[in-house]
Amino acid sequence: MIQVRNLKKTFGPKVAVSGVSFKVEKGEVLGFLGPNGAGKSTTMRMITGFIPPTDGEAIIGGFNIVEHPIEAKRLMGYLPENAPSYADMTVLGFLSFTAELRGLSGAAQKKAVERVVEMCFLENVLHQSVETLSKGYRHRTCFAQSIIHDPEVLILDEPTDGLDPNQKHEVRTLIRKMGETKAIIFSTHILEEVEAVCSRAIIIDRGSIVANGTPAELKRRSAQAGAITLRLGSGSAKAVAAKLDALSGVEHTMILSETPLAVRAFPRKQTASDDLARAISEIAMKEQWSILELHTEEGRLDEVFRTITLPDTKVSGKETK
Amino acid sequence: MKSVITIAKRELTGYFASPVAFVFIVIFLMLSGFFSFMVSGFFERGQASLESFFAWHPWLYLFLVPAVGMRMWSEERRLGTLELLLTMPVTPWQAILGKFIAAWAVVALALGLTFPMWLTVNYLGNPDHGVILAGYLGSFLMGGAYLAITAMTSAMTRNQVVAFIVSVVLSLFLILAGYPPVTNMLVHWASPSLVDGIAAFSVMTHFESIQKGVLDSRDILYFLSVIVFSLFTTGVIVRTHRAG
Repeated sequence: MIQVRNLKKTFGPKVAVSGVSFKVEKGEVLGFLGPNGAGKSTTMRMITGFIPPTDGEAIIGGFNIVEHPIEAKRLMGYLPENAPSYADMTVLGFLSFTAELRGLSGAAQKKAVERVVEMCFLENVLHQSVETLSKGYRHRTCFAQSIIHDPEVLILDEPTDGLDPNQKHEVRTLIRKMGETKAIIFSTHILEEVEAVCSRAIIIDRGSIVANGTPAELKRRSAQAGAITLRLGSGSAKAVAAKLDALSGVEHTMILSETPLAVRAFPRKQTASDDLARAISEIAMKEQWSILELHTEEGRLDEVFRTITLPDTKVSGKETK
Repeated sequence: MKSVITIAKRELTGYFASPVAFVFIVIFLMLSGFFSFMVSGFFERGQASLESFFAWHPWLYLFLVPAVGMRMWSEERRLGTLELLLTMPVTPWQAILGKFIAAWAVVALALGLTFPMWLTVNYLGNPDHGVILAGYLGSFLMGGAYLAITAMTSAMTRNQVVAFIVSVVLSLFLILAGYPPVTNMLVHWASPSLVDGIAAFSVMTHFESIQKGVLDSRDILYFLSVIVFSLFTTGVIVRTHRAG
């Protein structure tokens, strides 16, 4: 549905995006991650046809955004960063206007507006002008605009920015549900969101893709991934760590806390973490430890994110806008 | 065409939702009345014509039309709605035309509401209706020309004040190039053909001949070409300067 090939954008001497390529099919929700100023918004603006790429192409449902902008834009819904909307219009007026620009008129327009008003919980503010709304409502009004024509492709730039936790949850549920039938790209800073919503995630830093995979795959790149954490009811942490260190599959151990006793064991490269877990539970039975918890670490996305992008943010230092 | 109308409709609601349109219309009517009756001596002239009324239009428009048009693009830029508008399935031309038509309609409405002037001269005597109609047409075209220039400057910046000042200066140049005090001064040290050439760029020269009732295609073409040129430039600016 969305095909991005070697997309580049330079502003004068500054390279904002340097050769980004990826594909998103229907039924996929692609999370777009990256530090501020990494080029997320610029990439999205090129895909939606707001700014022309310096090089490369974006193809939406078979239409090149530069050569056939109208056809491509028709297939797409877009929520720009900061959710802009016409301050002097009412919510109803704004939604009717965008529906009309999308070619909906008469009964179809009315139905489309009703549908998104219900989906985005806007009933209470329908006749209020946009400038009097709170940030959350304004954000949802612009979000409603992006889905008014039930597009096949949805591009959302920080859709949960500025929402309270309940609203965030609603929007995530909505994105996940729509992701079953649409091709969705959304950018975010919130890593838990990626795990909750995305079928795939791309981490972009300083204009290029540095990681691309399912959230589970990305988490596996974490240093914690595969380690076994053991929590015991009694005993000495040092003694337990020493016993675990003696196991053949253990690379090293780490004492997380003395009381309550918690120890983490990291497997050697060639050892599967399930085998390690089995070995640990065997030794625990032999030693008659009272196990409170024994679990395999999945790895953490924020850790992966930091190890991949930290060196670069240190270099560039400040946000570029 | 449908998108042009949709955008024009939205712009018009915008003009009337904010007091911009009302303020413009009221001030235009008040000032045009004041200048033609008090300053130009509408009654004292003893002529059933609207010459004293139309003569002030280039100067009234100079400040009022940029005030109407300055928000046209700079507001979109400031609010970020430009990104929304240009990622809709509309071409930049449709947006430019829609916005321009809506603003021009506001000017036309203000101009139309001066009809009591026409009634007055009718009551007082026997005016030449052809001349008055030509005057209205010329005024309408001149308003469009100023407005197109304002659209152009508005597209350049997100600051409405900057857009206003730059369009006033550009429009002032178009007035002064053919304003008799200026041309009389130029005659002393420039060849007459050069002075005429400069004057040909002026709205004054063209507006005055239309106002006299002479509908020369060159005058109409002049205003239309100012509009087309300015809107074309607006298009270039909007398309190359999107992200700003």
